[in-house]
Amino acid sequence: MAITDAPIVQRHDAALALFTRKRIIAGAVPVIVLAYFAYIFFAFDIPGLSERARLDNARVLVADSYSYKTHVTRDNRTGGITMAVEGSAKGTYPEGMAPDWVVQPDDDSARIALPQGHEVLIDGDTMRYDVPGYGPITATASRQGIDLSLPTDQAPDWISASKTRVNITTKAGRVTVTKARTEVMRYALGWELFWFTLDSPFHGKSLGELAALVVSGDRVVSGQSNLAAIAGDVWNNEMWRHKDVIWALFETLLMAFLGTMGAAMVALPLAFMAARNFTPLMVVRQAFRRLFDLLRGVDALIWTIVLSRAFGPGPLTGSLAILLTDTGSFGKMFSEALENVDPREIDGVQSTGAKPLQRYRFGVIPQITPILLSQVLYYLESNTRSATIIGAITGGGIGLLLTQAIITQQDWEKVSYYIVLIVMLVVFMDWLSGMIRRRLIRAGDAG
Amino acid sequence: MADTAPGNAHHIQTAYMQMTRRKRLYGAAMLAVFVALMVSGFRLADARSAGSFADGIGNIFDFPGEVLFEAGEKITLLPTLMAKFFPSLLETINIAAASTLLGAIGAIVLSLLATRGMARWPRLIPVVRRLLDLLRAIPEIVVALILIFILGGGPVPAMIAIALHTVGALGKLFSEVNENASLKPLEGLHSVGATWTQRMWLGVIPQVAPNYLSYALLRFEINIRASAILGFVGSGGIGYDLKNAFSWGQGRYDEVAAIFLLLFGTIVFFDQLSSHYRNKLTGKA
Repeated sequence: MAITDAPIVQRHDAALALFTRKRIIAGAVPVIVLAYFAYIFFAFDIPGLSERARLDNARVLVADSYSYKTHVTRDNRTGGITMAVEGSAKGTYPEGMAPDWVVQPDDDSARIALPQGHEVLIDGDTMRYDVPGYGPITATASRQGIDLSLPTDQAPDWISASKTRVNITTKAGRVTVTKARTEVMRYALGWELFWFTLDSPFHGKSLGELAALVVSGDRVVSGQSNLAAIAGDVWNNEMWRHKDVIWALFETLLMAFLGTMGAAMVALPLAFMAARNFTPLMVVRQAFRRLFDLLRGVDALIWTIVLSRAFGPGPLTGSLAILLTDTGSFGKMFSEALENVDPREIDGVQSTGAKPLQRYRFGVIPQITPILLSQVLYYLESNTRSATIIGAITGGGIGLLLTQAIITQQDWEKVSYYIVLIVMLVVFMDWLSGMIRRRLIRAGDAG
Repeated sequence: MADTAPGNAHHIQTAYMQMTRRKRLYGAAMLAVFVALMVSGFRLADARSAGSFADGIGNIFDFPGEVLFEAGEKITLLPTLMAKFFPSLLETINIAAASTLLGAIGAIVLSLLATRGMARWPRLIPVVRRLLDLLRAIPEIVVALILIFILGGGPVPAMIAIALHTVGALGKLFSEVNENASLKPLEGLHSVGATWTQRMWLGVIPQVAPNYLSYALLRFEINIRASAILGFVGSGGIGYDLKNAFSWGQGRYDEVAAIFLLLFGTIVFFDQLSSHYRNKLTGKA
C-alpha cells in the first residue's frame, strides 16, 4: 500500500498546482487586457477626442447621404434667378424649367413654397420669409449691406444675422442672404438626378411612362430607339457618372483577378523549389523560402509605392503589387501543401515509365489542386477588398473615386453610393468563391 | 456481371477513352478561356494605366535605386532616423494590437450568438451572421476615412475601422471553431443553474481558447499591415510619416529607406512570432 500511496499524493499535489496555475492565468489575462486598454486610452488621447470630434460634420454626413437640396439663387449684383440641384452646374435647371414648388411671375422674382406652410418670396433685392407661428422676416440686400427686419425685437437662435450675412435655418429649409446673392435651399428625400439629368428628355418620367416609351414606336430622340436613348442617358449621367463608376469597379476587380491569378501562376513552379521532398538541396530550399518571406514581408503598401513610380496610377500598379505580395503567400502555402503530398502516387506514376514532368503533372498536381484552388479563390475574394485600398494609394479603381468623394466633404450621397457598390462587389465575390469552393470539395469527395 | 468477357472489356475501354478525351477537351477549353481572360485583362489594365508595362518595366529599379543611393550616402544617419520614427512605429503597432483585442472581444460575443446550440437568442442567429458578413465586407478604408471626417485625425479612426473589420473576420472563424466544441459541458452547467454568461465563460471558452488565440495572432499580423496602410491613406502611425517623406521626394529618401526597413523588420518579426506561437498552440490542441 505504501508503495502506491506516494504517487497518488504526488498526483493530487500536481493536480492542485495545475488548478492554481490555471486560476492565476484566467485571472491575470483580463487584468492585463484592462491595463493595456488603460494605456491606449491615454496614448491615443481619447479624453481629448470629445474636443476634436465634429458632431455637426456627422449630422451633415448622415443628412446628405439620404437627402438632397435644391438651391434657388438670386444674383444680387446683376439680378436674375437660377435654380440648381445641390447648387452644382451639372444640376442647373434649363431656361423655362423649374421645380413645381417655384412660381416665377417674372425673371427677377419667385415665390418658393417650402414644406409645413413656410413660404419665401424673392422680389428683386428683397426677400420675405413667412414662418408660420413667428411672422414675416424681411431682408433687403444693397451695396451698403443687409437690412433685416424681424417681427420680434430679439433674433431667435435659428437666425444668425450680421451686416453682411443673414442665415435662417428652419425645419423646412435654409435661407442665406449676402450682398452677392440670396439663396433658398429646400430639402428632399432621395438621391437627386440618379437616373436622368435635367437635360434628358426622360427626366421626371415614371417607370410606367418609361416602359410605355420603350414599347411604343415613336422616337423621342431621332435616330435612336427609345431603349437605347434611355440607357445612354443613364450611362452618361454627368451628375453621378455611372459610366466611370462601373469602369472603376471593374478596374478594381481586374486588379484583384490579375494579381491573384498571376501570383498563383508564378508561385506554383517556385513552390517546388521550396518544398523539402522535391528540392533535397537545403541551400536552394532556404533561398526560395527567404524569397517568399521577403515578398510577403515587404507588404502591398511598400510594393505599391515602389511600383507606382514605374507604372504610374492605374490598375497595372495595383495588379503587380498584389502579384508580388501574394507570390510570397502562395509560395509558402503551396510548398507546405507539396510537402504533404503522398509519395506513393508519384511512385505509381513513375512505375509506368513517366518522365519527370509527367510525374509532376499526373502524380503531384491532382493531389494539391483542391487546396490550391481553394486558397486562390479565398485570396481572390480578399484581394477585391485590398484592391480598393491599393486603388486609394496609387490612384485607380473605385478606391480613387471613394477617396476623392470623401475629400471634397460634400458629396456624401456619392460616398454612400460607392460604399453600397463596394459592399455588393465584395459580397458577390465572397458568394462566388464560396460556391466554387463548395463545388470543388463536393467533386473531390465524389472522385 | 459478365465484366470478364473479352467483348465487354473492349467496350469498357472505349468508354473510358471517350471519357478521358472529353475530360481533356473540357480541361483545354477551360485553360483557353483562362488564358484569354488573363491576356485581355492584362492588355486592358495596360491600356487604362498612365504608364505602360513595357515602358515601366525598364524603370522598375529607378526608384529603389534612388532610395538606396540616398540611403547609402547618409548611411550614418540611418540609426538616428530609425530612432526618430520609432514612436510612430509603436503607434502603428498599438493601433493593430488595440483593434485586434477589441475586435476579438466583439467577435467572441457575436460568434457565440451566431452558433447553434450556444446562442442566447436562437432566432437572431441569421441576423448576427448577416451582421458579421457586413462587417467583413466593408473595407477598413471606408470606415476610417469617414471617421477621420467626424473625429479628426489621429490613431482612433484607424483603430475603430480595423476593429470593426476584425469583428467580422474573426467572428466567422470563431463561430466555425464553436461549432466543433462539445455541448456536454454546457448541459452540465445548465443543469446546475448557470446563467448564459457563466455557461459560455466556463463551458465554451476553455475548449476553444487555443484556437481563438491562434486565429487572433494571425489577425494581429494582418492588422499591422492594415494599420500601416491606413496611416498612409488617412492619418496616424508610421504610414503617415512614410507618405510625407515619399511625397517630399528626393532629399528625404533616407527617411523613406529608414521607414521601409522599420516596417519590413516589424512585419517579419511579428510574422515569425505569430507563426511560432500558432504552431505551438495548434500542436498542443
